[in-house]
Amino acid sequence: MAIDSLVLGAGQEVGKSCVVVSINGKRIMFDCGMHMGYTDSRRYPDFSLISNTGDFDNALTCVVVTHFHLDHIGALPYFTEVCGYKGPIYMTYPTKALAPLMLEDYRKNMDRRGEDEQFTSDHITECMKKVIPVDLKQTVQVDKDLQIRAYYAGHVIGAAMFYAKVGDAAMVYTGDYNMTPDRHLGAAQIDRLQLDLVITESTYATTIRDSRYGREREFLKAVHTCIAAGGKVLIPTFALGRAQELCILLEDYWERMNLKVPIYFSAVRNFDRSLINAPGPCVLFATPGMIVGGFSLEVFMQWAPSEMNLVTLPGYCVAGTIGHKLMSGKPTKIDLDKDTQIDVRCQIHQLSFSPHTDAKGIMDLVKFLSPKHAILVHGEKPKMATLKERIQSELGIPCYCPANNETVTVPSTHYVKADASETFIRSCLNPNFKFSTYSSVDKSYLDSKYSKAASGLQVSDERVAEGILVVEKGKKAKVIHQDELLLMLGDKKHEVQFAYCFPMHTERLQKTRTEELPSADTLLCDLDKCTLINQLSMKLSNELSDANILDLGEQLQVESFRVSICSKNSCPHRLSHSVHNDSESVFLCCHWSLRDEKLAWKIISIMKSSSPHTT
Amino acid sequence: MKFTCLSKGGGFHFSPCHMLNVSGFRILLDCPLDLSSLALFSPVPVAHQAHESLDTDSVIRKKQKIEKTLDANDLVHAEPWYKTVKNLHLWDASFIDVVLISSPMGMLGLPFLTRTRDFSAKIYVTEASARIGQLLMEDLVSMHMELRQFYGPEDSCFPQWMRWEELEVLPSELRKIALGKDCEELGAWMPLYSAVDVKDCMRKVQTLKYAEEACYNGTLIVKAFSSGLEIGTCNWTINGPKKNIAYISSSIFVSMHAMDFDFLGLRGNDLIIYSDFSSLDKNMENDDTYFDPVTSSSGRDDVSNLEEMAASLLKDDESAEEIEKLVFICACALDSVRVGGSVLVPIDRLGVVLCLLEQMSLLLESSSLKVPIYIISSVAEELLAFTNIIPEWVCKQRQEKLFSGEPLFAHVKLIKERKIHVFPAVHSPELLTNWQEPCVVFCPNWSLRLGPVVHLLRHWCSDPNSLLVLESGVDADIALLPFKPMAMKVLQCSFLSGLSLQKVQPLLKILQPKLVLFPKDLSCKIQISEANMIFLFSENETLRIPSSKESTDIDIATDLASKFRWKTFKQETITRLEGELFMDHGKHRLLSGFQPANSKQQRPLVHWGSPDVKVLLTELSKMGISGTIKQVTDDAKSEDDAKSENAAAIIDIHDPEKALIDVRETDHIKISIQIIHGREFILYT
Repeated sequence: MAIDSLVLGAGQEVGKSCVVVSINGKRIMFDCGMHMGYTDSRRYPDFSLISNTGDFDNALTCVVVTHFHLDHIGALPYFTEVCGYKGPIYMTYPTKALAPLMLEDYRKNMDRRGEDEQFTSDHITECMKKVIPVDLKQTVQVDKDLQIRAYYAGHVIGAAMFYAKVGDAAMVYTGDYNMTPDRHLGAAQIDRLQLDLVITESTYATTIRDSRYGREREFLKAVHTCIAAGGKVLIPTFALGRAQELCILLEDYWERMNLKVPIYFSAVRNFDRSLINAPGPCVLFATPGMIVGGFSLEVFMQWAPSEMNLVTLPGYCVAGTIGHKLMSGKPTKIDLDKDTQIDVRCQIHQLSFSPHTDAKGIMDLVKFLSPKHAILVHGEKPKMATLKERIQSELGIPCYCPANNETVTVPSTHYVKADASETFIRSCLNPNFKFSTYSSVDKSYLDSKYSKAASGLQVSDERVAEGILVVEKGKKAKVIHQDELLLMLGDKKHEVQFAYCFPMHTERLQKTRTEELPSADTLLCDLDKCTLINQLSMKLSNELSDANILDLGEQLQVESFRVSICSKNSCPHRLSHSVHNDSESVFLCCHWSLRDEKLAWKIISIMKSSSPHTT
Repeated sequence: MKFTCLSKGGGFHFSPCHMLNVSGFRILLDCPLDLSSLALFSPVPVAHQAHESLDTDSVIRKKQKIEKTLDANDLVHAEPWYKTVKNLHLWDASFIDVVLISSPMGMLGLPFLTRTRDFSAKIYVTEASARIGQLLMEDLVSMHMELRQFYGPEDSCFPQWMRWEELEVLPSELRKIALGKDCEELGAWMPLYSAVDVKDCMRKVQTLKYAEEACYNGTLIVKAFSSGLEIGTCNWTINGPKKNIAYISSSIFVSMHAMDFDFLGLRGNDLIIYSDFSSLDKNMENDDTYFDPVTSSSGRDDVSNLEEMAASLLKDDESAEEIEKLVFICACALDSVRVGGSVLVPIDRLGVVLCLLEQMSLLLESSSLKVPIYIISSVAEELLAFTNIIPEWVCKQRQEKLFSGEPLFAHVKLIKERKIHVFPAVHSPELLTNWQEPCVVFCPNWSLRLGPVVHLLRHWCSDPNSLLVLESGVDADIALLPFKPMAMKVLQCSFLSGLSLQKVQPLLKILQPKLVLFPKDLSCKIQISEANMIFLFSENETLRIPSSKESTDIDIATDLASKFRWKTFKQETITRLEGELFMDHGKHRLLSGFQPANSKQQRPLVHWGSPDVKVLLTELSKMGISGTIKQVTDDAKSEDDAKSENAAAIIDIHDPEKALIDVRETDHIKISIQIIHGREFILYT
């Protein structure tokens, strides 16, 4: 059994997240995103790798979308309406409610940019009709075998990590997540699960971020300085997510500082374009983020040439976008296309307000979930390699970071099913302690000081060992308790017992005996027997400190080993040649069962050594 | 498994209550309050009059037990107590392990439990039920506080009206409320919990989403599935290692407000506890709704048929009927308003109220009458706001509104347009400035004993143009007693509050349980002809349900299983188990665990069968041990028998050392040895 993960997008890059995972015959597509940096066929995942014939309905069990960002959902209308996938699609309620707004916003921007339309407004509506909303933590039975469940991811409103389980194999696809709470979202939450695989994002694979307050202060300071000087502040964001966070932050600050400078938000209503060049300072949130085009580009072209103005880039910018160019260095000129060139003189402020987890967060999550394997996606190749090394060395979890269109195969858990009997289960509920002393010699010899400390009592509580697994042809495997085995086999138990009778010579006893009752060891009185046994018991307890010796008057018992004085003249267990002088010695008759064989011989040798006249 | 029905409840507001024993855990299903018994008490305004008219005449009449028609003076004039489930107080609350709450109404009695000293059970409630339930409880507490201000604090913990002399002179109808049919329910009365108790109770509650798995003690997995009755109400599945149980509370297939009855989620359970008593309360109004022989005769059990059946259950016209009811109520209200009367709607069913608000304002708008709608309740504002942020809990059509950017319920818009006014209390200043009659008022409480309804009813009861809309199930005679003489019109209507009996049969067919627990009271009305084993239950009677599975499922990790050393016999292969047994999410798992080094030595050996002496001898000789069979000590019977090799024998070993092997009939082998060097015997069976 294995889990195959085909990475169609976001493999060693950020953009067009799409992973197709096959578990036990089920195929799930996680996310269906588009790449913001490309305008050609590379912007969509290569769906032909899922099915050559284009029969996606049979090739996929379901599609799961983690959140409404375009690099996670952008290709969905294309996949359902143009490629013709008709199967179930799952996303959380907020994602379903907000996704069409994001897609529509993007489509309009593409329109304005004059690109060929990949999907229409109707496509978006039709596509969203196929979406089945799920609640967080709700266990959704996709079909008889496949179960999925969403967990709060804290990346944007409605963002979720998804857990999928088929049979005994289980995995988690995190999507984008954030491990630290911020002003409007909490930190990601997930249960401790038994997982074979975790596919996690790794946008900030090596970054450890400083405190939120520091970053916020820095951002507010930059904005305040700019507007105080009469400049305009452009914040290119996507309509939802960071925009809300920054709005809350700015509003708070405005109130505290009693600022009256207007804050505009262009995504909500059609923005009055005359305000762009209205005199005086202002703050403008413009969509789309990363300045990929549309209104934010329009405003950027107008504001960029002035030194007074400020462009703040919150969060991550995908390679190929203007945002990315601005962030990677301080360009003075940006070529938009062959004919247009933008003069960039404005200030650029970069914020790490991205709601992605940092390296510590990724490590924490992977450690918490401790899956058997991990796959990194949605990050930059060199950083991912570093993180991969850390996960492998620090957590001991095999980790992979496949490139696009590569497949990673990991083994999956499989359990053998059996029926367990009531007796077995009950016996496992009861403690079954066994005490034994350490055999702790080898290591402690090195340091003689600790040799004593190392030896001690060892407690083992092995309960399962009383169980026996029985497999019969054509029947389900059965686990029974050992006591039930014979009943099941229809056979009787037999015991293997050993017996040994040997003479023992004790002079002192001999003397007393001969004085009082000459030549009659058949007449040995009970008292004498007891004294002998008593002496033996003392002797044994000196030698065997950890054994539980029971003195039962006429006999001694250690585990199953029993010894008593043999009063018969011819004991069958006595071997004739050892008998030399009956009158002088007593015979000790020993019985024990097979399991205490070693112990028995040890005791016998002790007893023999105690009498000077052993054979 | 053991099952005890503590109470079959009564109507929408008083859910049934059961106690369940599964896998050694005690589970309480619901913990409601019987608010209908509040009818025993007199609401405040009458109490005042009553003290004046307590003349000797009435006292004498009472003592002589002359039955007469009830009047307001017969009611108990005291701070009301509240009646909990009658048999619940007989159980020790500290022994309850889990409480499952299936509706907001089902948690009204919960603070009584949670405030007991040793109560430690885990309480599972759906998120929406918990919120709504909390608001209902807070409202109850605040309404009660108002009454308390009139009566003053109680002196003793044992109120006057509970004395036997007082109870004895109560008219029979009221005595039945106070004591129950068999005079055993007096112990169920409790003084109301406080706001602190409610807060404390909510802190102990664990909220769940629909279909969220909650694991209790690693053994039981409980899941809530929508029941369609009300926002947040649910049915439960309880999965233990040996039992899969589905608990069906009052459910509605297609709802106008709440998420539909998710019966498919209940599939695959061996046992179904059917606890929808709603058809009992219907007063036999549709006696002809015995189950339809036509539907049951088409008993093909293939999958497509099941799907068809599921679809047919869902598309029934019950919801259409409900809409008609609402329209009718609105029409009646409109008639009253037209002639200058006001309409009082003391209905406490959240879903119904929300739909009624929409209908009513629609109708008022179309009739171009400028009549305000007031909602008066201490928690109304919160409740209305809450209902608009819970798309996960409402029906499909309303979810669609979320996706098209509209509010889930129209009241948001109506409040904004000032067509609906929300006030916390009758005496709130905004109400006094805005008040205008005729009007339509929605307010608690349906018992007509608590809350704003008391004041308004006093105000309008003599107005023949006004209209009072009551839920059915309220005993109107007793409920209206303090307000007599009533000139006001009264419209009493029943709302759908559970499954209809003719749908039980097809539902069980889809769910395919092995066992069904069914109420005895309902069993006469329906025939369940299926192969399902049926247990009938009635109140306060413990049923023992035999376990359906003899063995428990156990999962063995493959890596562990591959390490086992197998031994093959004629038919079966056996191996001794290793590893550690875990209990996780209701499943037994055998995983490879920590192995002490000396574990192998301590393995107990089991020998069985009777050894064949000759085979034993040859095996021994192979190992270089020679001996002879010395003596066959057998009784006469086996000497005749040719195949007596298995009988007792003694083998003499001479080489390498002297020894004796004694094989006996009693399945013992005794080996006498002096010194044995090669002690490895292979004993054949």
